[in-house]
Amino acid sequence: MTTGHFRTPSGGRIDRSRPLRFSFDGRSYSGFEGDTVASALLANGVHLVGRSFKYHRPRGIMGAGPDEPNALIGVRRDQGRYTPNLLATQTELYDGLDAVSQNRHPSLEKDRMAVNDRFSRFIPAGFYYKTFMWPRKAWDRLFEPRIRAAAGLGIAPSESDPDSYAQRYAHCDVLVIGAGPAGLTAAMEAAKSGAQIILCDDRAAMGGSLLAANQVTIDGAPAARWLAGMLDSLAGMANVTLLPRTSAFGYYPHNWIGLAQKLTDHLADAAPGQPRERLWQVRAKQVVIAAGAIERPLVFPDNDRPGIMLADAARTYLQQYGVEVGRKVVIVAAHDNGYRTAHELKDAGIDIAAIADIRGDSPVAARARQAGLRVLTNAAIDGTTGKLRVASITLTSGGKRETFACDAVLMAGGFTPSVHLFSQSRGKLMWNEDLQAYLPDQSAEAERSAGACRGHFALDEALADGAEAGRSAAEAAGYPFRPAIIPLACAVAHPVGGGGHIGAAPTSDPSRPKAFVDWQNDVTAADILLAAREGFLSIEHVKRYTTTGMATDQGKLSNINALGIVAEATGRTIPEVGLTTFRAPYTPISFGTLAGRARRDLLDPARITAINDWAIEQGAVFEDVGNWKRAHFFPKNGEDLHASVARECLAVRESVGIFDASTLGKIEIVGPDAAEFMNRFYVNAWTKLGVGKCRYGVLLREDGFVLDDGVVGRLAPDRFHVTTTTSGAARVLGMMEDYLQTEWSDLDVWLTSTTEQWSVIAVQGPKAREVIEPLVQGLDLSPDAFPHMSIADARICGVPMRLMRVSFTGELGFEVNVPSGYGAMVWQAIWERGQAHDMVAYGTETMHVLRAEKGFIIIGQETDGTVTPDDAGLAWAIGKAKPDFVGKRSLARPAMTDPDRKQLVGLLTRDPRIVLEEGAQIVAPAAEDRSIGHVTSAYHSSVLGKSIALAMVRAGRARLGERLEVPMPGGSIAVDVVAPVFFDPKGDRVNV
Amino acid sequence: MLIIPCPYCGERPELEFSYGGQAHIDRPLAPSDLSDEEWNSYLYVRANPKGRHAERWRHIHGCARFFNAVRDTRTDHILATYKVGEPEPEIPA
Repeated sequence: MTTGHFRTPSGGRIDRSRPLRFSFDGRSYSGFEGDTVASALLANGVHLVGRSFKYHRPRGIMGAGPDEPNALIGVRRDQGRYTPNLLATQTELYDGLDAVSQNRHPSLEKDRMAVNDRFSRFIPAGFYYKTFMWPRKAWDRLFEPRIRAAAGLGIAPSESDPDSYAQRYAHCDVLVIGAGPAGLTAAMEAAKSGAQIILCDDRAAMGGSLLAANQVTIDGAPAARWLAGMLDSLAGMANVTLLPRTSAFGYYPHNWIGLAQKLTDHLADAAPGQPRERLWQVRAKQVVIAAGAIERPLVFPDNDRPGIMLADAARTYLQQYGVEVGRKVVIVAAHDNGYRTAHELKDAGIDIAAIADIRGDSPVAARARQAGLRVLTNAAIDGTTGKLRVASITLTSGGKRETFACDAVLMAGGFTPSVHLFSQSRGKLMWNEDLQAYLPDQSAEAERSAGACRGHFALDEALADGAEAGRSAAEAAGYPFRPAIIPLACAVAHPVGGGGHIGAAPTSDPSRPKAFVDWQNDVTAADILLAAREGFLSIEHVKRYTTTGMATDQGKLSNINALGIVAEATGRTIPEVGLTTFRAPYTPISFGTLAGRARRDLLDPARITAINDWAIEQGAVFEDVGNWKRAHFFPKNGEDLHASVARECLAVRESVGIFDASTLGKIEIVGPDAAEFMNRFYVNAWTKLGVGKCRYGVLLREDGFVLDDGVVGRLAPDRFHVTTTTSGAARVLGMMEDYLQTEWSDLDVWLTSTTEQWSVIAVQGPKAREVIEPLVQGLDLSPDAFPHMSIADARICGVPMRLMRVSFTGELGFEVNVPSGYGAMVWQAIWERGQAHDMVAYGTETMHVLRAEKGFIIIGQETDGTVTPDDAGLAWAIGKAKPDFVGKRSLARPAMTDPDRKQLVGLLTRDPRIVLEEGAQIVAPAAEDRSIGHVTSAYHSSVLGKSIALAMVRAGRARLGERLEVPMPGGSIAVDVVAPVFFDPKGDRVNV
Repeated sequence: MLIIPCPYCGERPELEFSYGGQAHIDRPLAPSDLSDEEWNSYLYVRANPKGRHAERWRHIHGCARFFNAVRDTRTDHILATYKVGEPEPEIPA
């Protein structure tokens, strides 16, 4: 096991009494409680952690937080628990952690794909678009599979995720995002007002930059002690909720914020059943964004070798984790943070070979020289060497070129305010010329930014800005005005402010191409210049063409430098170039967090009928109809669909079948104006429908096209039992409510959905009456007393029943409605009675065939939203004398009465064995290039011994007897146009 | 997700509601008297403003009532909600 050679003897916020073992790419290392994987690797001298995305160049840890572009690792706990693309800088160490690097074949040290780097001049920005255009076929077979194999970050886990994820909704007065200096004072000031506060921070420990502020005092106390006191006070307030390890990843309309809280990833052993993460959906009256700022790298040749990192990250590793990122360090700076870092590292005994400031002389430079540091000003950065770790850097200053041996190069390019969440909230950003930064300007939501994320980089400013933001947020949330607190006195050894450099840093050797702007996506300054030369002027286009700022970076490190380069190349200012849109999530979150409990059975709950268990016991094969589980067919003795359906169909035609029709939509329409409502809503005439009678109803949309259908029974002068299609039930009820509430408020009518209240047992076939008659009480079922299309309330098996004598099969039929709690019992009773008559249970497929034999349409199969009642052969249903009904006016529009419209017909194939394909197009023999219709339903009819089909054909009813063709890949199929009723055209069989 | 104040129930999250298109389009009392042009305009012609839009919403997973809302289509902010039959409220700019 390797121990931490680069660990300082003391200091940092790690717990040195608690060593932890972990492995990276199979090698064992040790770290301490409080480490991240990144800090622990660095403590062991490991900088090389990944290969770059495109060129497979060796890459090291660059940052210390969510801005890290290179150190993406996979962490494996077991087969099902492998998480790719974790930022090593945000992955807390636990004992036994098993991490692997990504994007290398076979190892980090020896990567075959590194050959890409040598051919990089052949794979510039946009090379996919240029190279793989031709030949077209090669894309699918050759190019795309290879690119896919080479592309992508990490490997998705192959097993189902065994962890659970929790979700919570929360409301608060003030949500404070970020627990750095500004966030802490904001939360404290807001909390003092009594407001309900949530304070979240994406790190394990709250404090932000204060965690590494060793040379700072606040109110006379060392920053660490002040921080501890602050956190104790906040934790003790009942109105404050502290959420560490919680990333605010998205800002959605009306102050709806998504927070992803990590609960167990930092634990070696989580308690069984403990959720891994929790999604918080917070609705905040006011939001304070205190997201801080991210240091910018400098763009210079070969700025991506392991060991080259951000200055503030190096400072953080030293002060927070007690880790030296190198022994001999060069700092390249365009900002005073380079000097702060140099002083602090020097104080810890690290050799600072040089500070190369691309700016001129300054008081901070003079102070550094006084402290014995070597400072080069007006420096140009010419390049670096080193294979798997930086070994030297070459600098030019004052006309003198010099190469410095080093094992780390730290970049201080200035700070970029983190305006991601503000931008997501649709707030308007404004370019600040003095600070050289985009800052939040006009808010679109009830939020305010505070601290470094709005340009207040100095600690005392950030603390005061946070306090004022917290105070005013509480006031805006309705809490009484309180005066702002007196600003805290801060003593900062090496203060830093704004400024810095944007774009490519000066270099005396501009021919060297590999000056990286976006480390994660391997985008260089040359790529961006190429895009500008090729005419990509919009920054959004440059982003898409070069991929800069994509993936987990989301513009954190790369955006502003890319902007600077585009601005310079196109002779525009940065605000003229504009800014790309920041998108959620701010940092990657797991799919599990978003899915929460909505997995497996709970993803999309199934609707089942009271007969479901019986059908399962009988071996039914099910199909999904919307959310309903419906029995598709009931195979016996290993039958396939075809054999089972043929047997079921014949049994219904010859004796009797039983069918679960419970999923049909049912609406009870009640009230003095119920008949008038039905008259206005359905095409049919309802006034004269007698009590106890049923009628087939057709419903149109206002545009005249058929929307739904179903049998309607009249139970009383003021009460109708309406059935709808299974999938149309909610739509029809919603439309009825719409008209009643908004157009016809003059009508006194109530609507009640009764779909789930009734189990509907269809008993169909010549023996149907014989089967149910003995079970029914209080109703005469004889043909004269209860003819076809009757409805009555009575009892069956001793329980209440609503019986309809209706038929969707063309046979004598009854639909037994019983309260669904009795459904299984009544079904079983009918089934047992039916055995004497060879009763079969049949499923939806047989139902479809039987109705097609009768030419009954199915909504959504024969109709497609462009079919009028006349098209479907249903003009007879329209109440002609009615002045108005929904859709009536549209039926009078010229296009709706065109004789060339598609009309419902039957088709018989010349070869009776061929079953047409539903959806197939239909042509006339003389004009095979023009479709005149399509097949809507096609089955083998066992009772007829031949194939049948329904179709919608132009002027179809005028074509009866014509021969048409159905062109298929294997040749045209000849069909004859016939009337759409294939079986018992006179309808004698229902009237027995 | 938007917060929508139902005039009957108060503020509720968007997922309790369904959208109903542009408001204040009355179904003609005697459609048969309308020309094809007029009927076409009732059926199909809708405003698509950048800014204020009076529109129908239904609190389908709540009180199930239809009501009207004025929404700014640029920001998705609901500026006012009111009951069916009430006129669109005046909202200062």
